[in-house]
Amino acid sequence: MASNMSTVTLGSELDGQVPSGDIESLWDQHQFDMKLVNPANKRKFEIIMIGTGLAGASAAATLGELGYHVTVFTFHDSPRRAHSISAQGGINAAKNYQNDGDSVFRLFYDTVKGGDYRSREANVYRLAQASLSIIDQAVAQGVPFAREYGGLLDNRSFGGAQVSRTFYARGQTGQQLLLGAYQAMARQVDAGTVTLHNRVEMLDLVVVDGRAVGVVVRDLLTGEITSHSAHAVVLATGGYSNAFYLSTNAMKCNATAIWRAYRKGAYLANPCFTQIHPTAIPASEDFQSKLTLMSESLRNDGRIWVPEEPHDDRSPRDIDDSERDYFLERRYPAFGNLVPRDVASRNAKERVDSGHGVGRKHNGVYLDFADAIDRLGTDAITEKYGNLFEMYERITGENPYAVPMRIYPAPHYTMGGLWVDYHLMSNLPGLFVIGEANFSDHGANRLGASALMQGLADGYFVLPYTIGNYLSPLLGQAPVDTGHDAFKQAEKTVRERIDQLLSIGGTRTVDWFHRELGKILWDYCGMGRNREGLEKALSEIPALRAEFEADVRVLGDDASLNESLEKAGRVEDFFELAELMCIDALDRDESCGAHFREEHQTAEGEALRNDEDYSYVAAWEHNDAGGPPTLHKEPLEFEYVALSQRSYK
Amino acid sequence: MKLTLHVWRQNSPTDAGRFESYTAADISEDMSFLEMLDQVNEQLIADGIEPIQFEHDCREGICGSCGVMIDGRAHGPQRGTATCQLHMRQYSDGDEITIEPWRAAGFPVIKDLVVDRSAFDRIIESGGYVSVPTGAAPDANLIPVPKETADRAMDAATCIGCGACVAACPNGAAQLFTAAKVSQLNMLPQGRPEKLERVANMVDTMEQFFGSCTNVRECEASCPKEISIDFIAMMNRDYLRSRFSSNGA
Amino acid sequence: MSTTQQPPRADSRTPAEQQATAKRPAAVRYSTWAFEFYRSALGKKYVMAITGVIGMAYIFGHMIGNLKIFISPESIDAYGEWLRESLLYPILPHQVALWGIRLVLIAALVLHVHAAYALTVINRRARPVKYQTSRDYIAADFAARTMRWTGIIVLLFIGYHLADFTWGWFNPGFERGSVYRNAVASLSNPVVALFYITANLALGVHLYHGAWSLFQSLGVSRPRFNRWRRVFATAFAVVTIGGFISVPLAVLLGIVE
Repeated sequence: MASNMSTVTLGSELDGQVPSGDIESLWDQHQFDMKLVNPANKRKFEIIMIGTGLAGASAAATLGELGYHVTVFTFHDSPRRAHSISAQGGINAAKNYQNDGDSVFRLFYDTVKGGDYRSREANVYRLAQASLSIIDQAVAQGVPFAREYGGLLDNRSFGGAQVSRTFYARGQTGQQLLLGAYQAMARQVDAGTVTLHNRVEMLDLVVVDGRAVGVVVRDLLTGEITSHSAHAVVLATGGYSNAFYLSTNAMKCNATAIWRAYRKGAYLANPCFTQIHPTAIPASEDFQSKLTLMSESLRNDGRIWVPEEPHDDRSPRDIDDSERDYFLERRYPAFGNLVPRDVASRNAKERVDSGHGVGRKHNGVYLDFADAIDRLGTDAITEKYGNLFEMYERITGENPYAVPMRIYPAPHYTMGGLWVDYHLMSNLPGLFVIGEANFSDHGANRLGASALMQGLADGYFVLPYTIGNYLSPLLGQAPVDTGHDAFKQAEKTVRERIDQLLSIGGTRTVDWFHRELGKILWDYCGMGRNREGLEKALSEIPALRAEFEADVRVLGDDASLNESLEKAGRVEDFFELAELMCIDALDRDESCGAHFREEHQTAEGEALRNDEDYSYVAAWEHNDAGGPPTLHKEPLEFEYVALSQRSYK
Repeated sequence: MKLTLHVWRQNSPTDAGRFESYTAADISEDMSFLEMLDQVNEQLIADGIEPIQFEHDCREGICGSCGVMIDGRAHGPQRGTATCQLHMRQYSDGDEITIEPWRAAGFPVIKDLVVDRSAFDRIIESGGYVSVPTGAAPDANLIPVPKETADRAMDAATCIGCGACVAACPNGAAQLFTAAKVSQLNMLPQGRPEKLERVANMVDTMEQFFGSCTNVRECEASCPKEISIDFIAMMNRDYLRSRFSSNGA
Repeated sequence: MSTTQQPPRADSRTPAEQQATAKRPAAVRYSTWAFEFYRSALGKKYVMAITGVIGMAYIFGHMIGNLKIFISPESIDAYGEWLRESLLYPILPHQVALWGIRLVLIAALVLHVHAAYALTVINRRARPVKYQTSRDYIAADFAARTMRWTGIIVLLFIGYHLADFTWGWFNPGFERGSVYRNAVASLSNPVVALFYITANLALGVHLYHGAWSLFQSLGVSRPRFNRWRRVFATAFAVVTIGGFISVPLAVLLGIVE
């Protein structure tokens, strides 16, 4: 049953503001229907952009070029450091350059199905349409995508897609696309339409009369707290996988911007939809600070196995083929090692949990290239994966040409995020959310090579249109003055919070608390979840948080660079977010995509959806009084992709 | 293993700074260099000493945040490896390690091992882009690019902007960083129309912050992405043309 | 956009830097491209390379000419005479070609030294605070790191060499035109001979880096050709310096007397 928890208050039904009409012409028609801002008037509008990853940089570049005045904040030393830079594999686009039957509709279909029917159809269709222009744009910017000898763009099949629609630049596609967007933004900085503030972190959203009107930020070098107002605020601040402590995200990735917005009234949607990537290098010991992803493309040629015999500590080369369990090939003969991420991850976890794990800590499974090397030769493997093999060897000290890689799933991407309507605007007018920070396009599970696509689609081709529709009626209104009480109050809150963190003077480091929080989340709200575990987490997290607030030790001052202080604020927000993740996971009493409730599985151990009761987006509203959050549901309807049980047998 | 670290501590840009020595105990060879610093920091916090500030983020060798001078080498002893990808199995018990920030006029020290590299952003802003408004691009396959050209452009484009080239250069020159970006864009047909203006503006900006190249190749040897100094020669050639060309630059 | 106060680093550049990085219209630029070109550090490197090539051509010819000392005293004296009086004669009047070459060499030397000095100043400023521990260089070899010092040694040597052989200040019993006699007279002194050898070794080290470096500075780079740049520079330095050093060695060893 839906919302059967006593802690959940049910709120109103949400409207995604999807225009009516045929899905194929919906976006084109809507672009015509939306209000425009006259070119000469655009410069009268101020827009604040938080974050400079693919979504933020591409949006800032495009809005600046249109003539808006954009003020960009990044906590990094340079916009180019945003975590989009780490994406390895590629970016999908329905170009059908390979003539293998791809189309906008097929990309749309695959994405909705891959997301296990928990995304908004109209958004996904628009995303598939935009994918075409993204590739054109990136190539024109000088992004050096891989090419074939004829000089045309190369594609590969990725993450189990049955068409080759993935464009890539070696194993550094995210880097190249981000640099393209960053350079486009740099051009606007030079032109004066974009003002860039680096090493400045947003610490609060300011809302006046229900509208988002500005932000309060802290200069990380001087500790100075300032207010900035604008006609619209855009959050492009990425995902929150670092709530798990160990994830493939960069060390500084955090949820503070979206969490502060949530606390100011923005709804947070589907927070329990977190993706666990199947191919990361397993953790070594407690000192492990993050997990390193090995591109999913490795599964194209590598074979995943564990020893038949539990606790078999022989060297992998001494284990005969007959004593190995190629569990993905055994269980999913059609897709084999190329099953979607959630399926691959869960199976690896199941094998490890049942005692078949490999490596010193028995916390991984083998990804073996011996057969591929026999079949294709070492050179061909080096050509394809050389840089990944080198990286693996640097980290583990093992040579993957000689012994199989060890891999294990790791938190990687969060499909959940702030709730947005079709215009990418949150329930707070004036607050737009783009990229991984919003919830919109991936449903309960994201397909490989789709994150880059979504970030850039939002930034280059969706937000620049939809924001005009919001701004147009505001012509002639000045942004709220930063002398307004709401700004002063927000500044005060931020200041008090920093002083509070510095004054606790406890005994444990921020990292210690973060690590403990991560363990709770990973154990109870990770790849497999159940009622008992989630309830346990919901009792443990507040206890740990109370301990944090009494016993954390943050040294140093507020007037110069102080990473412990930055982290302390972020971890404090992770505590609250982690609770909401568990509440959401508990409330969604079904399995779908990456959200696997162990109580709900098919006889074969697959996620068992409950479309009758849970075909909705769960958007949570913060309760200012301190009580449980309110659940608002946006019902999902599937007109174009028939609901079906996923099967990769 | 147990190591002795000599770490540069500097409270502010104007502080004189000094080396402090710390013991790094119980270091596992599976640790990354930065995880070793994390562990030292945990200990420092326990001892009531403000932790060492160092720049880091992705810890996968791609974001370019990290980078310190380790025993006189940018990013430490392992070639083609950013600091975050350096692992402690490169060291043995009892080793002493000296850690200093990048030093260059264009990279002023902010605190401890953290420096300000925004001069790199200024260089990119002065021309490190192709002027293509969003939506104005032709179909991606309209202009074929020979594979060899695309591959070479990619070789240049792998730059992570860490600043090791500047740090390692005896002259504090940013030639390799600038040349990588100039060459990547100038090689591709999409970047050609602005080729001369780009190189002129980017070199001019570079020279406001950094030293000049004396072709000692230390940048190439220190680059975690092993970007070739051939791109510096390409940039020099384009720069000459930009000064010769009748339409100015 | 209104803010409570100016954000601390709205733009971390100083006004002067902002001015400098702003796109400059062509009219504001210096009218002569050559001057503007030389103003840039990169332009100075071109000048270093081009004047270096001129110097290299000269010293290579100088070295070949020197070898005539092994043929006979008359041979090298006649060669000296021809250089002074008859080079390109009668296309040009006597000594005009000689002075032409001298002027080109002087200009090249002045520019080479000026550019080197200016670049050194730029490079010192580019790292106002030195590394506090010693550097562990990977690629920068001895030659590359000592260009300034070998350059200064060569410059001092040129002065001495002119005073010795052209003006005859230090040359016992100097006779203008008697190249063979003057050479033997000077180099018979072991101290002078050793000085010549040392200075030439410094020149060799300078050339070892310079003759390779000039390709980079001039933008001459082709993947298939690049390894020959090192071969060329090494061969050029070894052959040229070998040829030069053979003379004082021969005098010291009594082969030439």
